[in-house]
Amino acid sequence: MAQIIKGRTGEWEIVIGMEVHAQVTANTKLFSGASAVFGAEPNSQVSMVDAAMPGMLPTLNAYCVEQAVRTGLGLNAEIHATSVFERKNYFYPDLPQGYQISQYLHPIVGKGKIEIDLPQGDVKEIGITRLHLEQDAGKSLHDQHPTKSFVDLNRSGCALMEIVSEPDLRGAEEAAAYLSKLRMILRYLGTCDGNMEEGSMRADVNVSVRKPGGALGTRCEIKNVNSVKAVQMAIDYESRRQVDIIEDGGTIHQETRLWDPTKGETRSMRSKEDAHDYRYFPDPDLLPLVLDNAWIASIKQTLPELPDQKKHRFMQDYGLGAYDSGVLIAERIRADFFESVAKGRDAKMAANWVLNELLGVLNKDGKNLDQSPITAAQLGGLIDLIVDNTISGKIAKDVFADMYATSKDAAKIVDEKGLKQVTDIGAIEKTVDQVIAANPDNVAAYRGGKDKLFGFFVGQVMKETGGKANPEIVNQLLKDKLK
Amino acid sequence: MTTIISCIPPALPSTLPVMDTKTVKKVASLARLSMTDQELESYRPKLENILKFVEQLSEVNTDGVEPLSNVVDIALTLRTDTLTDGDLQQKILANAPESTEGFFVVPKVVE
Amino acid sequence: MTQKSLTHLSITEALAGLSKKEFSAVEYTRAHIEATEQNRDLNCYITETPDIALRQAAESDARRAKGQAGLLDGVPIAIKDLFCTQGVRTTAASRILDQFVPEYESTVTSKIFAEGAVMLGKVNLDSFGMGSTTGSSAFGQTFNPWRSTTSPDVKLVPGGSSGGSSAVVAARMAPGALGTDTGGSIRQPAAFCGISGIKPTYGRCSRFGVIAYASSLDQAGVFARTVEDCALMLKSISGYDPKDSTSANKPVPDFVAGLQGGNVKRLKVGIPKEYRVEGMPQEIDESWHKGTQWLKDQGAEIVDISLPHVKYALPAYYILAPCEASSNLARYDGVRYGRRIEGKDLKETYELTRAHGFQDEVKRRIMVGTYALSAGYYDAYYVKAQKLRRLIRDDYMKAFEKCDVLLTPITPSAAFPVGQNEDDPIKMYLEDIFTISLNLAGLPGMCVPAMLNAEGLPLGLQIIGRPWDEETVLRAARGLEIAADFRALPGMLGTKMAA
Ligand SMILES: [Mg+2]
Ligand SMILES: [Zn+2]
Repeated sequence: MAQIIKGRTGEWEIVIGMEVHAQVTANTKLFSGASAVFGAEPNSQVSMVDAAMPGMLPTLNAYCVEQAVRTGLGLNAEIHATSVFERKNYFYPDLPQGYQISQYLHPIVGKGKIEIDLPQGDVKEIGITRLHLEQDAGKSLHDQHPTKSFVDLNRSGCALMEIVSEPDLRGAEEAAAYLSKLRMILRYLGTCDGNMEEGSMRADVNVSVRKPGGALGTRCEIKNVNSVKAVQMAIDYESRRQVDIIEDGGTIHQETRLWDPTKGETRSMRSKEDAHDYRYFPDPDLLPLVLDNAWIASIKQTLPELPDQKKHRFMQDYGLGAYDSGVLIAERIRADFFESVAKGRDAKMAANWVLNELLGVLNKDGKNLDQSPITAAQLGGLIDLIVDNTISGKIAKDVFADMYATSKDAAKIVDEKGLKQVTDIGAIEKTVDQVIAANPDNVAAYRGGKDKLFGFFVGQVMKETGGKANPEIVNQLLKDKLK
Repeated sequence: MTTIISCIPPALPSTLPVMDTKTVKKVASLARLSMTDQELESYRPKLENILKFVEQLSEVNTDGVEPLSNVVDIALTLRTDTLTDGDLQQKILANAPESTEGFFVVPKVVE
Repeated sequence: MTQKSLTHLSITEALAGLSKKEFSAVEYTRAHIEATEQNRDLNCYITETPDIALRQAAESDARRAKGQAGLLDGVPIAIKDLFCTQGVRTTAASRILDQFVPEYESTVTSKIFAEGAVMLGKVNLDSFGMGSTTGSSAFGQTFNPWRSTTSPDVKLVPGGSSGGSSAVVAARMAPGALGTDTGGSIRQPAAFCGISGIKPTYGRCSRFGVIAYASSLDQAGVFARTVEDCALMLKSISGYDPKDSTSANKPVPDFVAGLQGGNVKRLKVGIPKEYRVEGMPQEIDESWHKGTQWLKDQGAEIVDISLPHVKYALPAYYILAPCEASSNLARYDGVRYGRRIEGKDLKETYELTRAHGFQDEVKRRIMVGTYALSAGYYDAYYVKAQKLRRLIRDDYMKAFEKCDVLLTPITPSAAFPVGQNEDDPIKMYLEDIFTISLNLAGLPGMCVPAMLNAEGLPLGLQIIGRPWDEETVLRAARGLEIAADFRALPGMLGTKMAA
């Protein structure tokens, strides 16, 4: 297991806690009415408030508060009836106010927990320490000019949820599973689009090592880890670095380190020298945020079924395995698609067609489920034709390929191409008799004990009927006649 | 002209560290204020006096007193999530010491 | 009417004259522009806007002709240069903003313009509102129009931070002015200049567009030469603003109607014994006694009350205000606006920009605040001061169970010479000893000129009210005003003008 490192002096356990910044899905910023949508002309989505012009004041976005509460509920966490916005003071060109409005001593969401899925179908519970609301910074571009940096404040002031985990994660795989699960939950809730490439979700990873079961070691915080893969690589690199230092007789200093994706290493961030002195204090421009319990309860009423609940229900109600259930619930749209295919039909068959056929071919074409040429109703129609013996499973695959290419209903394709299965026993018996008569040598060999030849006869019959003969009837007739 | 000499009880013996030049220097750096050694020296006693002056608060027993951040007796009002602002690029940049192609420009930040 | 007589009218008198067509808004405004030109040696203005004033005055006359006049239609007003005014330079009396032209308007100034007020210009103040003399302005000291009879050559401070606002109103360069009050910055300069000024309850007026000094203490207010004028102006700037989360959605009473002729019969007036501080000058004590007697004579009931924690207001303020200021002023970094001094790298650019852009007193407060908030001292300073803040407010709330308003002195002295106290911040801070606790408690407070001292300088008295009860404050102030019958004029205007 990669949660243990073998060093010269023995085994080391990797201990990880994560701080995930997730941009809140909302129309406008946390404290201003400017657009929070990604991508636009520089400084075009900036209000006087976002640019921290003299005399400007923050006003809190109600929907962002609702989204944070919804997320907290989705993380099985306690919602704090009173929370306080504080200022985190530091200077940086993309931080216009000279402070970030964040929450510190009194976050909106407290302790919670989620389950992560491990390779062998195991699950592990990971504690959530807190979730708080805060402003995003703007963006500095350092590569446009030899001696200048360019600043764009479009993102400045967008609402972020900082979600902090307990140091419950062990090794890169668990960290990756945590990040994936968290992303899945946020997407289910509709509170963050989870798009790591566009920076809607960013992870800071706290890594330390210790002798298994020993006291926690000193941690380093790694910033700028912007994909699940990078998280894994950064943890592997950083934990090995720490073990090497300790085994060489050194000590780990608590510090902020930057993940360099091109070099594949972490390095110390000297620019964070003031980092330990943010001078937090309650923002005097904002009063404490007080939430009504009845309102919190009403948000709870509107929560969708979450991934873990859905997975357990799929296993129980549909009799699916943990793995298939896990794949089906990975995206809400996928689970919904499956459920509408499975409605009133054989669930395992539905799961099989969605997972192995439809997702397979979509994946090959680099398409998402919402771009599928085959609707859930159409896929259900195809399954119905198999179940009522209109077509065989084999023909169904051809029909499926046709549906994928043309978006036509299965029944229509079967009709147009005359693929309806022959179930007339008399007609099939005639063909069986012809085949037996035409192959006396093989008949003799079969009867002499060459059982394998049975398939040859089936094949011949199917060939004669253009594949349309009901395979069960063919089998039964051949068995009877070849005795 | 009469000036009030003191209407404040004398401060208790100091429990907090005194302002030394090194501390003044650190605070100036944290506040991003450039200061010559001479300036640091002239600020030091003034800051120290102010800190000594405010230290008299320590004589009041405030156990169990809830800190008061803001006196206003109203609840925080929230804004609806509707687009009402932005699209002001020209105005946002109008007072900028340096800008180009819609960006603010600053001396290069080295990470 | 002559220019001189026009500039001596109260706002209420002027509005009557305007509506009776005795003179036009343009004439009335021009009289003040001329007075401004004649008194430039007082250094009241950072930016004069006579062109805007005359245009607005002409528009006002047109409105009035159509019968559409607002509450302050045609009244020229001076604006403290801490209110952002769209298209008009707004400096906070600092070097860093000496070229700053806002693209937006503060809520308070837009409200007076909506009522038809005319902008004379932006007046001087202590840089970022930090000071009690205007001595920390990057645009030089403003001088008090008053001179003492004993040393008439000595220039006196007008008080601060809103010293430009009080000086222009006292010098008859404007009938009214806007100011802000974080620790006494309206009431103390009003007292030094012998005029009236009110700081309303925290949350009564929007802070949107007002350059912040200490957000939890800053509050806009007004200066005028009569209590009634203050009531009228306050009415026009008050009210809820969704753009300021600390502004209260409370109905705004008709403050003018609430004056009730200054009737204080059966009003319970509290006299807090802790305001009688050690070393208080005789003349201050006398003025206080006089005020008490005036109210008593008019039928008020005098109640002795105690505010045991009020003596800690000054040290609590000098932690809380610098803490908030150190953070509020972090935005002045030379990146998006303001004067930038380039250094060898970004950090040095920040440090040079801010060191050059801020006055000494501003830097001092930023340093104190930065230190007090920094790791290890937060609880000992900031949290402790906040606890005292609660105790101080609780003291006042308890006192208001026994009385309706409080009467206190407003300054520990009359206006003092320019340059005095400058080297000793603590001495300077003591100037605010009677005013500062109101900001911590968020209470409304008003200065009324009471009398002249032996040197012929004005002394004021302070009325303090319950939160949201400016009406009673104004009524009690009107009662004092009637009894005091203060008519003295600043020396520079000639004592013969009095009467
Ligand atoms: Mg963090
Ligand atoms: Zn954060």
